Amino acid sequence: MNTLILRTVAPPITALMLVFSVFVLLRGHNEPGGGFIGGLIAASALAIYGIAYGVSAVRHAIRFHPMAIAGFGLLVGALSGVVSIFAGVPFMTGLWIYPSIFGVEVPLATVISFDIGVYFVVLGSVGSIALALEERETD
Amino acid sequence: MAAPTTAPIDLSAAMVMAPTALADWLVIAPMGLMITLGAVLMMVRHKLHLHGWIAIPGLVALVILDGLLLWRVAVDGPFTMTAGRWLPPFGISFTADLLGALLAFTSGIVALAAGIYGLRDINATGRRYGFFPFLMLLMAGVTGAFLTGDIFNLYVWFEVLLISSFGLLILGSERQQVDGALKYAVLNLIGTTLFLIAVGYVYAIFGTLNMADIARKVPEQRDVAPLLTLSTLFILAFAMKAAAFPVNFWLPASYHTPRVVVSALFGGLLTKVGVYAMIRVMVMLFPLEREELSLLLAIAAALTMVLGALGALAQSDLRRMAGFAVIAGIGNVVAGVAIGGQTGISGAILYALHSIVAMTALYLLAGEAARIGGSWSLQTLGGLYRQAPGLAVSAFVIFFATAGLPPFSGLWPKIIILKAALDIGAWWLSAALLVSALILTLTLGRVFLLAFWRPQLASAVGEPVSPATWHRSGPLVGLVAVLVFFGMFPDLPVRLSQGAAATLLDPTAYIQSVFPTGGAE
Repeated sequence: MNTLILRTVAPPITALMLVFSVFVLLRGHNEPGGGFIGGLIAASALAIYGIAYGVSAVRHAIRFHPMAIAGFGLLVGALSGVVSIFAGVPFMTGLWIYPSIFGVEVPLATVISFDIGVYFVVLGSVGSIALALEERETD
Repeated sequence: MAAPTTAPIDLSAAMVMAPTALADWLVIAPMGLMITLGAVLMMVRHKLHLHGWIAIPGLVALVILDGLLLWRVAVDGPFTMTAGRWLPPFGISFTADLLGALLAFTSGIVALAAGIYGLRDINATGRRYGFFPFLMLLMAGVTGAFLTGDIFNLYVWFEVLLISSFGLLILGSERQQVDGALKYAVLNLIGTTLFLIAVGYVYAIFGTLNMADIARKVPEQRDVAPLLTLSTLFILAFAMKAAAFPVNFWLPASYHTPRVVVSALFGGLLTKVGVYAMIRVMVMLFPLEREELSLLLAIAAALTMVLGALGALAQSDLRRMAGFAVIAGIGNVVAGVAIGGQTGISGAILYALHSIVAMTALYLLAGEAARIGGSWSLQTLGGLYRQAPGLAVSAFVIFFATAGLPPFSGLWPKIIILKAALDIGAWWLSAALLVSALILTLTLGRVFLLAFWRPQLASAVGEPVSPATWHRSGPLVGLVAVLVFFGMFPDLPVRLSQGAAATLLDPTAYIQSVFPTGGAE
């Protein structure tokens, strides 16, 4: 879509949405939010950028094929479940570590890494569908 | 918010406290492996030369893991791992019993054969569309369905395998494939939705989705809950998946459209997942309701096998014929379920195992015949016996096994089911079994006569095709060897499927493995 207004606001909106999607993803740990909704927001960011600048610009910007991103997410999710084999507890049991980063205790868990996996799966698969649909339109 | 609580909490009220043995991971390992490899393959989707190197060792590992699982279940009985350490029924349990482990193992073998065949049969376009990633995810779905102990989780695995099967169906996006995939997708989505509705009713009635828990609670609810309605819903949903009459029409409409190796996988595996779900739910969870509905099931089974065999006889396209042969086989399994009892159920299980191998082999054989003969149609095929004697021998074995003739593996389950039918005096069901076998024999004999023995038609002489490499002949020979071996030495599979049937009819061991101490009430 070749309108000046959309072309001008699309980059800041895309950037804002991507940041917001990460915020929602991390917020989801204790409050409403999470990987699924975060991934959807990120995918819509890609879609908006694609509407403004065309699909090839998006494909160039994200470097990896969306399905590869989805595969990466699936891998992260699966490995988060399997890690618990080393702790002697069943599959998918949440495991926590509390490293101190710059004096702030940051709780990290396989729950979060699983959610990050979900984020990428949703981003990759929904993004891939959105890009495919936009591609058809511009043909 | 972030700090860990220091107050002592009694975790044993909510969580499994016993440390998990490494061997318990066997029940989750096949799915974990397949999903991980599927994910890796998705990431390297465009590096086509890597696919085979990742996928084939992965499938070998799958067969080994499934074999270990089967061995452990056969020796020690069913065992359970509940995800997230939550006590069942709140955590999602994976429970391997003999039925699930046997089917998982057999599917693993078939998937390996299909994977190797796919190395040559799937061209670069098909690989780029993701044959191997989808194959891995399909196997995760199939194995997950066989090993899960939670009925909603069973639904989820159904979805996993359904989505991967859509991907496999339209590999290459040809017009005909999209047409077949649409019919397949719509019908399967209706079936899955029915299943989901039934699962919703289960949760409303029992307040639990854990199958062991449901099995415990069914007797208390029998007088107050509409269990017969629920069972009918389940049967309809699973019959759709299994392609039993009268909801079988989607299978012949779609199974001939994809690449032949994909058809082979589908014909071998997907319908059996439906059959498995029917056995699991109707035999283990609702045995009395199965008894009530057995006449309905038996009629559906008789019609499925006779009409399936007649359909096969009417076809001249090899793939369509194989599709109808799959349906005829499903009729046999459903007949076993309808008859029930130790003999009927073990016959059904044994037939399902045989059918997984035989149907995949039948499709691969059709693929080879078409590759050498240059056509799928019986009208133009001919002279294969002279061109490929080895293929003719395989064809002979596979046809005999499919029709249930001695001395190959199709004979024993058929005899067991026939005996069970005669034992309960269902002469018409026995007659249907025999008629179906006779028609299938005629059909396959006709194929052998026309495609193999008939001299090559003058019009069909084309340029000679390259001889089969081991990628093509290996899987076929392997599957034929399985059919021959279990035809000659049926003792072990018969014993195992009898054990599987016994665990289903008396699920005490299954329930014990999920609730070792009686569990939370």
